[in-house]
Amino acid sequence: MTWEIVIGLEVHAQLSTSSKIFCGASTAFGAEPNTQADAVSIALPGVLPVLNKGAVERAIKFGLAVGAHIAPRSVFARKNYFYPDLPKGYQISQFDLPVVGNGQLVIHVPASGKTEAYEKVVRLTRAHLEEDAGKSLHEDFHGMTGIDLNRAGTPLLEIVSEPDMRSADEAVAYAKTLHTLVQWIGICDGNMQEGSFRCDVNVSVRRPGAALGTRREIKNLNSFKFMQQAIDYEVQWQIDTLVNGGAIHQATVLFNPDTGETRAMRSKEEAHDYRYFPDPDLLPLDISEEWKEQIRATLPELPQAKQARYENELGLSIYDANILTASREMAGFFETALAASSPDKGRAGGVEAKLCANWIMGEVNAQLNRDGLDMTQCPISAQQLGGMLQRIADNTISNSGAKEVFRTMWADGGEADAIIEAKGLKQVSDSGTIEALVDEIIAANADKVAEYRSGKDKLFGFFVGLAMKASKGKANPAQLNEVLKRKLTG
Amino acid sequence: MFESSLQQLGSALRARQISSVELTQLYLDRIAKLNPELNAYITVSPETSLAQARAADARLAAGNADALTGIPIAQKDIFCAKGWLTTCGSKMLHDFVSPYDAHVIARFNDAGAVNLGKTNMDEFAMGSSNETSHYGPVKNPWDQARVPGGSSGGSASAIAARLCAAATGTDTGGSIRQPAALCGISGLKPTYGVVSRYGMIAFASSLDQAGPMARSAEDLALLLNAMAGFDERDSTSLQRDKEDYARDLAKPLNGLRIGLPKEFFAEGLSGDVAHAVEAAIAEYRKLGATVVEISLPNSKLSVPVYYVLAPAEASSNLSRFDGVRYGYRAPDYTDLADMYEKSRAQGFGAEVKRRIMIGTYVLSHGYYDAYYLQAQKIRRLIAQDFTEAFRQCDVIMGPTAPSTAFKLGEKGDDPVQMYLSDIYTIAVNLAGLPGMSIPCGFGAANNGNPGMPVGLQIIGNYFDEARMLNAAHQYQLATDWHSRAPNGI
Repeated sequence: MTWEIVIGLEVHAQLSTSSKIFCGASTAFGAEPNTQADAVSIALPGVLPVLNKGAVERAIKFGLAVGAHIAPRSVFARKNYFYPDLPKGYQISQFDLPVVGNGQLVIHVPASGKTEAYEKVVRLTRAHLEEDAGKSLHEDFHGMTGIDLNRAGTPLLEIVSEPDMRSADEAVAYAKTLHTLVQWIGICDGNMQEGSFRCDVNVSVRRPGAALGTRREIKNLNSFKFMQQAIDYEVQWQIDTLVNGGAIHQATVLFNPDTGETRAMRSKEEAHDYRYFPDPDLLPLDISEEWKEQIRATLPELPQAKQARYENELGLSIYDANILTASREMAGFFETALAASSPDKGRAGGVEAKLCANWIMGEVNAQLNRDGLDMTQCPISAQQLGGMLQRIADNTISNSGAKEVFRTMWADGGEADAIIEAKGLKQVSDSGTIEALVDEIIAANADKVAEYRSGKDKLFGFFVGLAMKASKGKANPAQLNEVLKRKLTG
Repeated sequence: MFESSLQQLGSALRARQISSVELTQLYLDRIAKLNPELNAYITVSPETSLAQARAADARLAAGNADALTGIPIAQKDIFCAKGWLTTCGSKMLHDFVSPYDAHVIARFNDAGAVNLGKTNMDEFAMGSSNETSHYGPVKNPWDQARVPGGSSGGSASAIAARLCAAATGTDTGGSIRQPAALCGISGLKPTYGVVSRYGMIAFASSLDQAGPMARSAEDLALLLNAMAGFDERDSTSLQRDKEDYARDLAKPLNGLRIGLPKEFFAEGLSGDVAHAVEAAIAEYRKLGATVVEISLPNSKLSVPVYYVLAPAEASSNLSRFDGVRYGYRAPDYTDLADMYEKSRAQGFGAEVKRRIMIGTYVLSHGYYDAYYLQAQKIRRLIAQDFTEAFRQCDVIMGPTAPSTAFKLGEKGDDPVQMYLSDIYTIAVNLAGLPGMSIPCGFGAANNGNPGMPVGLQIIGNYFDEARMLNAAHQYQLATDWHSRAPNGI
């Protein structure tokens, strides 16, 4: 009997404002505890929240990027509960009137052992603004609890999907696509180690066609790897429970990365009546058409549009287009390098695009990985790479010559032309020179030529080697091949 | 000196006829003598006040004094004042010394006024008699067996007893107007949003509004000039042009249309209060006003609506008092939940706990629609009643409270009777309108008890404070109720 897995995600993306959502305190990560906790952050008596416009702009930007409805009026509500790291005793959030509603995200689910790669549309229920809580520190306080309120009041956008995903692969692909998007449009730094992008995953299983099963929510996953593991474990646990005649009870569970297991929190920890009501300290959030359009004008070309353009205009494969749009930095690097590599800059041809894509996905990525760098730290600029690609495209250097140019650039910097000149890497493409060279070799190796002509094709490589040696490695390989083939065939 | 208006005090200070230090010391001496009986102040800090007075004197000497520079003003203990113990009348904040100034405090500091001390109040402003204060009840200077009203009872008592030149109050359901009425002084609750709530400890955020309390309307106008103004730290503060609330004081009242809500003169109003209010209306006719009967049909629902909405907001506003970061924490507890329970059980008084429970209940899942949402709907109807009424009149007048000051302990065990003290004032907060109370006579004396003061309530349309102050001032030019002082004080 088969089971269908049903997954929906709630993602908390920390918005990249420099100050908190309801006060002027800094949001910078890693400061000494409570040094970024002002009167509002620690909820002194009498203090009041004032909404940070930058957080609203980022929420609107997100809504526009996922084709969602931007509410002309949304409302902040108080979510009431007691916890030491929640200084006011309530969290300011949005409840029945969120700022963003009804969007969608196209995800690319990569091929796995069982399935081909495919695209899927995931519907977004809503996204709302809220403030983060502080942190409770249970270590180093001799049995007491330390409270750090630096994070209290940090702006979050909670992005809620419909239960549209049917596998851990789809859930991870969704989370990754969202992760790329929020960074792409500049609303979140995406730093998962620092908690800037946290995922809660709702998982249930059912028989195909049956009503939705009871879900359990895996809280606070901060890596895609853990998400995959947690879902896999949770799904198996739910199926085993049902198969053994048990029932699933709605619960909040935590994933333990050390054991790879999910475990339900004590029911006391989650039994809340949050008593939501509109926050009387804040006015309703009104968003004018004009404001919305101003923000729309600042939206960059989105990953999905770029992918389509790379496929249709540049002739790249879906696979290449996906990798090149994994981040805005990557896409920017590709486009700049491509423009620099193409002699006719306005109209990059298919050959250069593929060449450029291959270099970035190949050598550049490999070197970055080796040196532990990201795209923004790449020692070779996109212009430099483009300059080199241009010399490959116009046959000034061979592929092996290009690799040497690349290595030199990476280590010592410099422009491709200067390196080619200094290292004498310019290949010989003069047909007269190559023909003369080949003639000489054929004349000096009559026996081998005879063998070749009698059917020993493998000797072709031997002739290539001799010719390359004679040209001190500078002969244009394609041209050399062509001439050799023609002359050897006689 | 104690009978001088703020205008006169300011002139005397600027003319160097008296120094701020001398004036402040006069009040401090009087407080030392009378406050042990009246309990109007929770905190007096002579050194702090005198230091401010010295600074004011320097400013007066330098010739850059404002209207209020050097004048000693008492601050309700609901306002956070830097370096001052700020208790809000609660054990919960018994040791809370504020590290910052409320907007209102900062405005008075900027004006060079002297903070004379923090006045007593009902705990977290929840009460109508000042009996819920952790620091003991305040006495009414007209009869110390009686309450001064609440929650700004300390300020009202201090003004009536001449223990300060003027004071601040806050009004969520009548907490400025009702004690003003009961103590025979003048008090004004401005339009919601005119005075910033920043630094004013929240009771019910959508209703709370700070305002001035003093002996006359003229004084109120000067105080409101200092207190009002946009503050970007309060999102509900209104961005409006600066106005001079004293600008219309001298205008004659010819043609002023006064609306009398028939619902305010019905069952529940005591005879002596009705009598005094009717006499005041007669006086207004003499001053050239016309009178029209109006109706506020939904005002009878204001008390139940208020006792859903105010506790709802309060239950959330008071959640921050959890013993974690500041304020009272129970000495012994076993775990986190126990610490919360014991700290709040021991730190809050009975009335505060009652309202937290009511508020928690009405916001609970399954009850929210029936209580909170329904109350919000009626709140809008109550506001509409006023909009309708103001088509027929310029100001609305009536009694501030249904009776004169009652005896200490008289309504202590009957919260509903206590809540009905605010039956005429609450609708004004629900609508966000400005309202004030001025003295208009005395109730009947009996059994050797003196007659207690009666307050006339004046309700204006939104932002009509200047017109209300004009109406009050003209009445005070024609009468002397506002300048009467309690015997022996």
